[in-house]
Parts: sequence; structure tokens; C-alpha cells
Amino acid sequence: MTLSLLAHFEVLTSYKNFHRSLRSITSFVVTATQREREGERVTMGTTSMASRVFLLLLIFLSSTNLSLSLYEDQVGLMDWHQQYIGKVKGAVFHTQKSGRRRVVVSTEENVIASLDLRHGEIFWRHVLGSNDVIDGIDIALGKYVITLSSGGGILRAWNLPDGQMVWESFLEGSGASKSLLTVPTNLKVDKDNLILVFGKGSLHAISSIDGEVLWKKEIAPESVEVQQIIQPLGSDIIYVLGFFGSSQFDAYKINARNGELLKHNSATFSGGFSSEALVVSSEILVTLDSTRSKLVIISFQDGEINYQQTHISDIFGDSLGTPVLLPSKLPGMFSVKIDGAVVFIRVTGEGKLEVLDKINNVAAISDAISLSEGQQAFALIQHGDGKIHLTVKPSHDLSGDLLKESIDMDNQRGTVHKIFINNYIRTDRSHGFRALIVMEDHSLLLLQQGAIVWSREDGLASIVDVVTSELPVEKEGVSVAKVEQNLFEWLKGHILKLKGTLMLASAEDVAAIQEMRLKSFEKSKMTRDHNGFRKLLIVLTRAGKLFALHTGYGQVVWSLLLPTLRRSETCEYPTGLNIYHWQVPHHHALDENPSVLVVGRCGKNSDAPGVLSIVDAYTGKEINSMAAIHSVAQVIPLPFTDSTEQRLHLLIDVNQHGHLYPRTSEAIDIFQRELTNIYWYSVEADNGIIKGHVLKSNCIQEVIDNYCFESKDIWSIVFPSDSERIIATVIRKLSEVVHTQAKAIADEDVMFKYISKNLLFVATVAPKGSGPIGTATPEESWLTVYLIDTVTGRILHRMTHHGSQGPVHAVFSENWVVYHYFNLRAHRYEMSVIEIYDQSRADNKDVWKLVLGKHNLTSPISSYSRPEVVTKSQSYFFTYSVKALAVTLTAKGITSKQVLIGTIGDQVLALDKRFLDPRRSVNPTTAEKEEGIIPLTDSLPIIPQSYVTHALKVEGLRGIVTVPAKLESTTLAFAYGVDLFFTQLAPSRTYDSLTDDFSYALLLITIVALIAAIFVTWILSEKKELREKWR
Amino acid sequence: MALSFSRSLLVLGFSALLCISVAAAFQSDELLLDDEEFGLEGGLHTKSPDLTYTRSSPPPPSPPTSSTSRKRFSDPDSDSKIQFQLHHAFGDSDFSPAGTFSARLKTWNHGGQTLTKLRFSRNAFTEEEKEKFALLLKGDDFYRIRLPSSVLNPPGRDYVISSVKARCLPRDGLDEHFVIHTDGINILAVNYGSPGACPYPRQMKLPGKWSFNSHTVLKNSEQAPRAPVFAEEILGGELGEGEVVPPPERSLWAKYWMYLIPLGLIVMNAITQAMNMAEEPGAGQPAGQAQQPAAVQRGSSSAVRRR
Repeated sequence: MTLSLLAHFEVLTSYKNFHRSLRSITSFVVTATQREREGERVTMGTTSMASRVFLLLLIFLSSTNLSLSLYEDQVGLMDWHQQYIGKVKGAVFHTQKSGRRRVVVSTEENVIASLDLRHGEIFWRHVLGSNDVIDGIDIALGKYVITLSSGGGILRAWNLPDGQMVWESFLEGSGASKSLLTVPTNLKVDKDNLILVFGKGSLHAISSIDGEVLWKKEIAPESVEVQQIIQPLGSDIIYVLGFFGSSQFDAYKINARNGELLKHNSATFSGGFSSEALVVSSEILVTLDSTRSKLVIISFQDGEINYQQTHISDIFGDSLGTPVLLPSKLPGMFSVKIDGAVVFIRVTGEGKLEVLDKINNVAAISDAISLSEGQQAFALIQHGDGKIHLTVKPSHDLSGDLLKESIDMDNQRGTVHKIFINNYIRTDRSHGFRALIVMEDHSLLLLQQGAIVWSREDGLASIVDVVTSELPVEKEGVSVAKVEQNLFEWLKGHILKLKGTLMLASAEDVAAIQEMRLKSFEKSKMTRDHNGFRKLLIVLTRAGKLFALHTGYGQVVWSLLLPTLRRSETCEYPTGLNIYHWQVPHHHALDENPSVLVVGRCGKNSDAPGVLSIVDAYTGKEINSMAAIHSVAQVIPLPFTDSTEQRLHLLIDVNQHGHLYPRTSEAIDIFQRELTNIYWYSVEADNGIIKGHVLKSNCIQEVIDNYCFESKDIWSIVFPSDSERIIATVIRKLSEVVHTQAKAIADEDVMFKYISKNLLFVATVAPKGSGPIGTATPEESWLTVYLIDTVTGRILHRMTHHGSQGPVHAVFSENWVVYHYFNLRAHRYEMSVIEIYDQSRADNKDVWKLVLGKHNLTSPISSYSRPEVVTKSQSYFFTYSVKALAVTLTAKGITSKQVLIGTIGDQVLALDKRFLDPRRSVNPTTAEKEEGIIPLTDSLPIIPQSYVTHALKVEGLRGIVTVPAKLESTTLAFAYGVDLFFTQLAPSRTYDSLTDDFSYALLLITIVALIAAIFVTWILSEKKELREKWR
Repeated sequence: MALSFSRSLLVLGFSALLCISVAAAFQSDELLLDDEEFGLEGGLHTKSPDLTYTRSSPPPPSPPTSSTSRKRFSDPDSDSKIQFQLHHAFGDSDFSPAGTFSARLKTWNHGGQTLTKLRFSRNAFTEEEKEKFALLLKGDDFYRIRLPSSVLNPPGRDYVISSVKARCLPRDGLDEHFVIHTDGINILAVNYGSPGACPYPRQMKLPGKWSFNSHTVLKNSEQAPRAPVFAEEILGGELGEGEVVPPPERSLWAKYWMYLIPLGLIVMNAITQAMNMAEEPGAGQPAGQAQQPAAVQRGSSSAVRRR
């Protein structure tokens, strides 16, 4: 009974939605302009009729719930979630004794995680905040993982087996400094093992049992740059060693029991120090002098500081390269990289240097680990002919190898960046070694017994940009046998589903159904599907690697370490910026593969030379690349394509010159035609100036370049520097489709949306209010928002929120913008909406004008006409702070919108746009209610069922990307951060299709039964008729 | 305190009024003239250093020294008159003076300053400028204007620039429309263009007469609507009321017409069929004509079946 009631309710609500879409279709017909094609209208009509039929079928034949939330068994049906950790920068292995084969790692994404050494799975993981950078990681007492983070400010202990936090200490101190974490093995004070932390200019001794600070010694007031903390084994003395200025070495001798300063020595060195000091033994440090031509051995035995200098050329002969000290900790020796080779040098007791070995092509060297009493070993990795060579050497004898292995390596992983080794006892009681290596693409691999045991694609934790690409069209010529088998499978599946629906299924059947739903091979097919659910997500990671992820299960289809974004002589700090659609083949160029353009630059500043790569989206092969071109400040994809459907792109450099790509004569012809209609804007956030630009003529240079254009400023907006500072600018997504230009409102009236692709939303705050929340009073902080036409620079709307401040997150869609900020007066976050309507077309409501053609709907719209706009705005409280905002996009823009909010809890919340409607009022009239206007409330509701990510978290959420599917009701949403999450959303429910679990078998049986009934009744009536005739 | 509050209310009211007048209808966009208060136009004659020549324009502005405003600071809402100059450029040429804005600078007792009562005197085009403008018209190029970003010490940080395609301006004369966005003494932006539409395939048209017909509007920032702070009483009240006053019930027909119509059709259909069935045996004679084909039909179909 309850079920049928529910179904009835569903009918009504779904019908309402449907009704709304119908109404929007009618209004579309009213406002149809030349820009919209006739065909679309017809197809929309038919699809919606079909959808009506389907809808009724859906309601009456299956009891599937249509609501937005998921049932437990629907998790994983349309969504997938992947967990990553980021590029590993520190790793500690569990000791032999603890018996568990795990490794604890810290990463550049500020994650600490415990990984299974057998499979590489995450046992536990903690994502610290983006401003809580991990500086050190170690294991104390054999059961706690100790992490030092926030520039030496926070020390935490985590329980090794389950990752629960045991204690946390905030270390006070003045000033920032390098932070060092040392966990001495045998330093006991009152049966308590000490942890030594240098951070914020002080040395702290912390109890490893409860994190209590036992003593604290300030070192930094003299601005000593502390390099090392040394605790000689078995003594109660700590040496704190550092440089003062560039030419003085200071050694502090401190009593480990109470932090008392025993001795302070310092000695100046005339040559000056250039690099960081390296500990060779407990009494000797090695560094380079300021010219990098001498090795300096510093010994500080008994507080006496002695320097010994050795010319590099004395050791290596004449070499051209500058030596670099490698930071690996090796007992009694150190390693220097020079001329591409690594030289190991032993320091003998008297400060003599002895060259042990010189090895070429070394990519990485591990720290030394101790095998047994007095025996230590370290590993090094060499590259050569597509393989990597892992060598483990005992540190006392470099000529002998404990292990030498060669492993085939995928060349898309690049070079080895880091190596951590661990030893274990083999079955034959000899020492075995496993090595954890971090690659150039940030992936993590475990090597053991000459093979890659597992690998993790942790580059995906640092996605920079995402685009989507369609999959290839399915080729014809599928064999009949395959189809038949599929048919059988299909029928079997549906019989099973039918059983499930009729509650006849046994436990095994239920399991089989669930498995079938989750593992439908349809989802991971490499071809285009009818509904457009299958796509490729092409993501660019910070490591400069492109991945193509299939939307089915998120599996990697191909990956490419972009050669242009690899570090080289010419390109010191390559950074990937964005991906753009370069070529999206349509009908007449379908035999070509689509391709994407990757834009990067060779350095951190915007004036660094740019690099471009064009990559085939199906095969992942680089088609073309351009390195070290002009700087790239802005990339503008133009709305023009050439005959091969290559999109024209205008790249703006820092001198405001425009460069056209592709560099073909055809492109330049197309471009010249549209030259006068190309406008763009630039935001100088530091200056508080927004400028509009237009192209002028070809560049005036020595070399004639037809593809280079000069620009001129045509408008500028100068924000007063004492009262406003730009903190956010948002534009509409260029690919967004707006279905109807009019909005029917309650009293049979129509409002015309002001839809322009050239609108820019700008938010500024008072300079005092640009700090974190709590630093400004409501009186001295305000937030001003602008809507600016980027062609003419016209400010269409300007509004001030007094007593509010950033950070501002905003999303712009159709004719509205929704933004999120903090209200200082109310002490709460707020969200506001601005909708902008066009008044100049308001006269077109008259049907007669429309019939007689006296309307201005078909006339081209020019930005130079003075717009007559009205804006409506409303604000609401919102509970959460926000990490990202996005809006759902659908193929034709008919479906109502949802705002996707990435909350502070790393979840994605879908909020219906109807809650952000400025026409909401406290007591809406009946007509308004019918239209779907929700009574005004002071805060936006957070409905637990509307979490798109349901029970999951997208740790470190940074962005949400939405892509329309071909099916109008559905949009694909991809959220990325440290984790990845993908799902399908249907903001107005799937009104135009049947769900995957729709029981076709039930439908079939119903039809068969009906046909049978028809025949039976027909025969009966025939018989009756005959009887009557014979009467 | 109360005084300042009422002042700020006044400011708000005024700016709101200004905005309303802007938004509502543009017939009211006439200059806010206040003649008797502007007797001293061009009273101070000082050449600004960046201008080497002034053609037929009125004397260039005298940047009012801050002392004027400072002097009268104690006065709750003192006014001071200021002027700032409009520059224009034809295509890529340099900027040259084109007119003078004068306005009153109102100093509120809380320290804020606002510009009010803007008026504008436009210089007529010289022959040379006319030629240049005609060239712009021919090439469909930009006519650019600029204003200082600060009216007290021009040009402030930078000039604010605005441009329009020259072909948008000519009507009978040259119609232009300025919207100046201000924030206290700062000019954020100036929006310049024709007062009406500028249909896209811009036609080349020389103005009938070379005189400017200028409209100017000053715009300040609007106050954003506050979030509705109806915490308990209204929310609670609404909840309570929701129980007491149910939404007006719509009639059955209004609610379920989409189900009732097909239902009605089905019922009608059923009734007619039932009537036919009922009539068939008894009333053969009156409907003989109609009966015949049916009988034939039946005969043929039975014949088919017999085969």
C-alpha cells in the first residue's frame, strides 16, 4: 500500500517536472530565433512525447524510485571513486619486529598514508590541510608514526596499525626557520624516549609517549640557520649545527636531559658556504664553499671547529660541471653529482677524502639502512636502454653488490626521482631488499625480486585541468553469434531482474544481480554509446602527464608523459597550465581522431616561454609540439574551425600580442575575416585594473610574422586601490547551451533573460577584508560585485554587500550568477544570486506583433547598443564554507539546474537552483507556488540525501567539472582533488529514459499476457457471435 | 550617532533615488542642473601640466586643492565644486581634451565624499576633428574617451577608458551617453555609447549636424539585499501557519484534467459501444442502411474463416 502511494506521489512530482519542461518548450517556440535550428525543436517535441510514454511505463511497471538520492545497492552503479595520495616525499617502513608489511609515506599533497607492501592498497590515510605541509616523518617507540608539519609548528603521533591520532603538540616559537625532526633511538630521559624537533627557531624535546614538551631551547635569535641536529649514539649530548650568515659556522652543545646549553662555539670561514651541510659522521659535516669549487669538511670534535678545504679539481681533475651534494645519508661518506655522474667519497678520521667509486647515469640514491651489527647498505638506481637497474651496495665496500636487478619500465613514467629501500630476511636466511621508487610522473612502485610488485598512479592526485572527449563511433560488422550470445545473456539477466522485482530471488540471485549491475561490460566499452554516458576524461597532472580516464570505471585508457613538459636544459621549471579541445571532428571529418591542446610554460612567472603540445585523444600520441615559443598569458579558443575542424586559438602573451594557432594560411584567412569582432579582456588583480582589448594589425617586428597581432586597449576599469581589491572573476562556460531565452513567470507573463557570452562577474573586497575571516571588523570590510560586459566594458550591475568578506566562490550560468562569501555581521556564510533580465525585448510579449513580424527577436544583438537590463538579487545563509562551485550542464539546457557545491567536508552537495531564485518570497501566491517557487527561508537547506558523493569523500577537493551527456536529463559530474569521483546526475530526474534496472522482462511478459488476453477474448467473442447466429 | 545614522540613511536614499531614476526610465536622464549653485563655472584658471594646448574648449579644469574640502570639513555636509576633463581619441591617435565635467563634491560629516549634480559641457568638433571622425566612420573604427580615475587629483592611478564604434554615434546629430561609475571621489569606469540601439551591420552614416547631444548619468554602488533575518518568529510562525491555513484547494478538474479527459473519452466510447450492442439485436430496421455493410463485413470474414 505504501509503495503504491509513493508511486502515485512520484507521478505527480515527475509530471510537474515534465510539465515544466513542456512549458519551457512552448516558450522556446515563442522565442525561437534564427540561431536555433528548426530540427531541434521537432526532435525535442518527439523526445518529450516519447519520454512521456516511457515515464508512464516506468511508473506503472517498475517500482523504481526516481528520487535524487540513492539506495544502498545503487552505489557504484553510476559512480566511481578512486583514492590517491600524491607524490611521495618521505617513507618509513615498519620494522621487522612489528611483523606487518606496511610502509608509511608522506606526500606533497600533505597526505600521510599507510600502504600495504603486498598490493599497494591504502590501509589508512589522513589528508592534512593545504597549509599544513609535512616536513618530516618517522617512527617512534616502534608503534607511533611521528609527523612534523606546518613549518615545524605541529607534531603529531599516529597509531601505526590503524592511523588514529595518539597525541598532537603545538610547538610555540618565534620566527620561521627550517624544520627538522629527529627521533633518536636510544635517548632516554626518565624512561621516556625523546623526540627532537627543531622548528620556529627553537629546539624542542618532546616525550614520545604523550607529546609533552619536556624542554625547549631557543636557538634562532641570532638568526642561525640550523642545518643539522646530531645526537651521537649513547651519549646525552645534542649538537645543533648551523650557519650564521654565509660565512660562520656555529655549534651548540646541549644537554639532552634538560636542554641546558653546555657549549657554544663558532668559527668564521672566509670562503663562505653555499649549500646545505651534510652529516658524514657524528663529528663531521661536509659542505661546499660559495664558489662551489671547494669541498669543505667541518669537524667539531670537542667543540673545536676545524675547516679543511679541498679543491674539486684536486679530486676529479678538470671538470666543467658544478658539483651538487646529494642529500642521501650514507655512513662515513657522501655523494657528489658532477658531470652527470655520481662520485662517492669517504671521509677518513683525519678529514682525508678518498674517492671510492664513480658511477654514471645514477638517477637516485637511497639513504643507508642497517642490515646487522655494523653493516649498512644503500641502493642506487640507474637508467639504461628502457630499463632501470637497481643496485644495493654495502656501504663499507662499494665494489661488491648485494643485489643487482634490471627491471623493464614503462617509458611513460619518466625517470626515477626517489628511492626508499627496506630489507627482509629471505627464506634462505639471506638478506632480501625491496625498493619503493617514486617516478617523474609521481607514480609509486614497489620493486622486489626483479619485478614491479605493484604501482600506483599517484600523479592523479594533482590534477591541473580536465577536458572530455567523445569515444570513437562503434564500427559495423558485429558477428551474429556474438549478438545471439548477448541476447541470451540479456534475457537471462532480465529474468534475474524480474525475479528480483517480484521478490522471488534467492540470496545468490541477489548477489548475481548486484554483480551484474556493477560489472556491466556496457559501461567500459571503448565506443560511443547512445546516451553519451561513455566519454574519455583527459586530465593533465602537475607532473606534466596526460591521462585518459574512461568514465565507466575510471580506468586509465592511455597516459602520456608530455615531452614538452619534462625538465630539460631549456625548460627548467615546466608547468602545465590548461587543456583545450584542439580538434573535435564532426560529420565531415569523422575519420580524424579528436585531439587536445596542452598549454604550459617553462617557469613559474607568466613571462616564461610557453610550450604547446597537441595530443591525439584516442591513442595518446603527441601529434605536434612547439617548445619555447612566446610567453602565454591567456588562451582564447575562438568560435571558428577550419576545414579539418581544428579550432582556432588565440594565445595572448604578456606584451598583449595575439598569436594565432594553428599556423596555417587557411586559419589566417578565417581569422582575418573575423578580426574586427574579436574582443578580450585581461584582469590585473594586483593593480585592480580590468582592461578590454581588441586586435589591431600585424606585429611590427624584425621578423615578419603573419600569425602575430598587436592589440590596443579599448576600455579600462580602475578599482580604487584604497577600497577595493579583486578577489574573484568568473565567466560563463563557453560550451553552455541555453535552451530558452524567456522565463515564464507566474501571472502569464514572460521575462527575457539577458544572455550574453561576454559577461564577467567580478568580486572585490576592501583591502582590510582580504585577510582571513576574523581579521576585519564588519565596518571596515565590504564586498562589491560587478557584472561587466567584456566587449564594451560596461558595468551592467554593481552592488555592495556591507560587512562581508571573501573568499568568494562563484558560478555563472545562463543569466544568473551564484556566489558564496562570509557575512561578518551575521557570523555566517552567505550565498547570493543575481539574475539579469533584458528589458529591451520585453515588448515582444504581444502575440500579434509576433505574428506580424514586428518584433526584434531575430535582429542581431550588438554589445554597443545600450542594454536595458534589470537585475534581481537575493541572499541566503549557508552553513558550510565552500571549496568549489559548479553547475550542472545538459545537452540542450532544458533540464533545470543544480548548483554543485564542494563543501569543506570534501563532499559534493547538489542544491536545486530553485532555492536560489530571487523571486522567492515569504508567502508566494498560488500561481507562484504552482510555478515551483519555494517559500523564502533565511538559509539554504542542506538535505542529506542530496549529497552527490553519498557516503564518500573526495579528499582535498579542488574542482568540479560537469559535462552534458547526450541524454538531455543527464549530466556527468567529475570532482577531483587528492581523490577522484565521477557520477551521473539527473537534476530533474531521468524523465527521458528508463533506468538501467528497468525490467524489460516484466514489460515483455505484460505485453505477452495482454496479447494472449486479446486472443482469448477475441475467440470467446467469435464463439458467442456464432452461437447468436445459430440461434 | 543618531545623526550619522540618519545621514547615512540620507545617502542611501539619495543613491537609491539615483539608481531608481537610472533604472526606471531614461527620459529622466537629463542633466541634474542646479543653476543658481553653479554661478562660478570656470572661476579658477589654472593650466594642468599635461595639457599643452586647449582649442576651443573651455579652460581646462582646476584640480581643486584638497584644502578646499579640508577647510570645510567641519561643516557637516559641505559642498565644493570640482571639474574634470574628458579626453577623446580618434582610432589610435593620442588623447586630446573634448569637454569638461563639473560636479559638486559633497562631504558628509562621517568623512565620506560623493559627487552629485554632474553637468557636462562638450566642446564642438573642430574641422580637423570632423575629418578624423569621418575617417573613423569610414573605417568602422573606435572613438575613444577617457576620464581621470580620481577627480580630486587627476589622473589618479590611471585613466578610465571607454570606446565605441564611431558608427554608433551619428543620428541627427551626434548622440552620446555617459554612465560614470563613481565610488566617492574615484571614478571606477565610464561607459560610453549611443543612448539607444546600435544595430549590428553598422551602417556608414554621416551625422546631420556636428553637434553633440550628451546624456550623462552618475552611478553609485547599490546596496545588496540583506539575507532575510527572520530567525525564529517568522519561521516558527510560518510553520504554525502552514498547519492552520492549508493552501487553497484547487478543484478536482483543475488538478486532474489530464486524467479526466482520457477517462471521459474511454467512458464515452464504452457507452456508445454498449448502446450499439444493445441496439443491434432489436433495432435492425431503422438502422438498416448502416447495418448492411457491417453484415457484409461479417459475412466475408466468416467466409474467409471457413476456407
